Amino acid sequence: MIIAVPVDEMEENSSVCISFGRAPFYLIFDDEKKTFDYFDNNSAFNAQGGAGIKAAQSLVDRNVDVVITYRCGENASKVLNGKAKIYRAEKVNAKMNIEMFIAGNLQLLNKVSPGLHGHAQQSEK
Amino acid sequence: MKLAVLSGKGGTGKTFISVNLVNSLENTDYFDCDVEEPNGDLFFQSELVKELPVKVMLPSFDKEKCNNCRECVEACTFNALALVGEDMLLFESICHSCGVCTFVCKQKAISEVPKQTGVIEIGKSGDSKVVTGKLNMGEAIGVPVISGVLDLMDDTRNSVIDCPPGSACSVVESAQKADYCLLVAEPTSFGFHNFKMVEELAKVLNKPYAVVINKAESKNNIVSNYCKKNNVKVLETFLFDRKIAQDNSKGEICTSNNEKMKERFVSLFENINNDWQRSLK
Repeated sequence: MIIAVPVDEMEENSSVCISFGRAPFYLIFDDEKKTFDYFDNNSAFNAQGGAGIKAAQSLVDRNVDVVITYRCGENASKVLNGKAKIYRAEKVNAKMNIEMFIAGNLQLLNKVSPGLHGHAQQSEK
Repeated sequence: MKLAVLSGKGGTGKTFISVNLVNSLENTDYFDCDVEEPNGDLFFQSELVKELPVKVMLPSFDKEKCNNCRECVEACTFNALALVGEDMLLFESICHSCGVCTFVCKQKAISEVPKQTGVIEIGKSGDSKVVTGKLNMGEAIGVPVISGVLDLMDDTRNSVIDCPPGSACSVVESAQKADYCLLVAEPTSFGFHNFKMVEELAKVLNKPYAVVINKAESKNNIVSNYCKKNNVKVLETFLFDRKIAQDNSKGEICTSNNEKMKERFVSLFENINNDWQRSLK
């Protein structure tokens, strides 16, 4: 299982980034190999628009199964839909969030944000 | 001449100034480019002559021909495309209809299909043409409607372009074909802040411009002080007037029944025209 977390810095103890699309980096944890990898999310971070879509595309391309995040817009959730489950991050660092998820202590993110420009509609999943 | 009436924030009186200019002048047409909330025709109550649909092109994908090469996804500046497995997702609300996906597709798997995003109403009020752009509810991109509205300008007549508020894409589209920008400013902290943004836009667009201060409590105010210091022309100051505000809220055009106001608008336009002529030399 591959777990992704948007992070502010390239390290396990980084805080979870408050933004999904415009996170500077993503932490990718491989549950089988127990490895922590990172990728630079700059293409989405610097995008004029559609940052969430771009970031979600990067996650789908890396075969991510689980995303742990504070929030996720409707467009990004459409890209992830059926490929990756979205869990709500708790206010602890990235590594602790992953441990909490593995222990079954994180909840599915049930609220999709309407996006900064109001492009998407608010909806409950 | 083509005059763009702009302001940084909403509610400064762009429509008030635009409608009264058109109402006071001969050979002048009105173009409402505030396509998300067009309201100029509430004043003119023009007789509808013609309606034109506004269509944009959206990509449509042929799954048979697509080999999932993703060149279109990578080429899209707006990130309106995503490829999940073999499913192409198009996010219509952020697609700008630029056509680059169709252009880069080597498989010829993309065709373009029209989608109506708004309508342009052409009306007649006295000798003036009243053109109103209306963006459909829920649509995010007003530029194609604005562009369609401005295609109807007549070079042999004066055009007053009632712009959307702000200084973003839709305002650039509305003002870029104008000969002159008139900045309507409200002398409040918020109004002043946004006035400076739209002033910067006029400079970027390299247009001659001047200011009308509206709803002022005094001729000396935060905007007039700035303009004095920076050599920016203030062509008119309308003090807040309860009677005019009330009439305006009922959809009445004040220059229709107030000769003094009409004279002020006529001379405002003369000043604009003179300043524009000077700028051409």
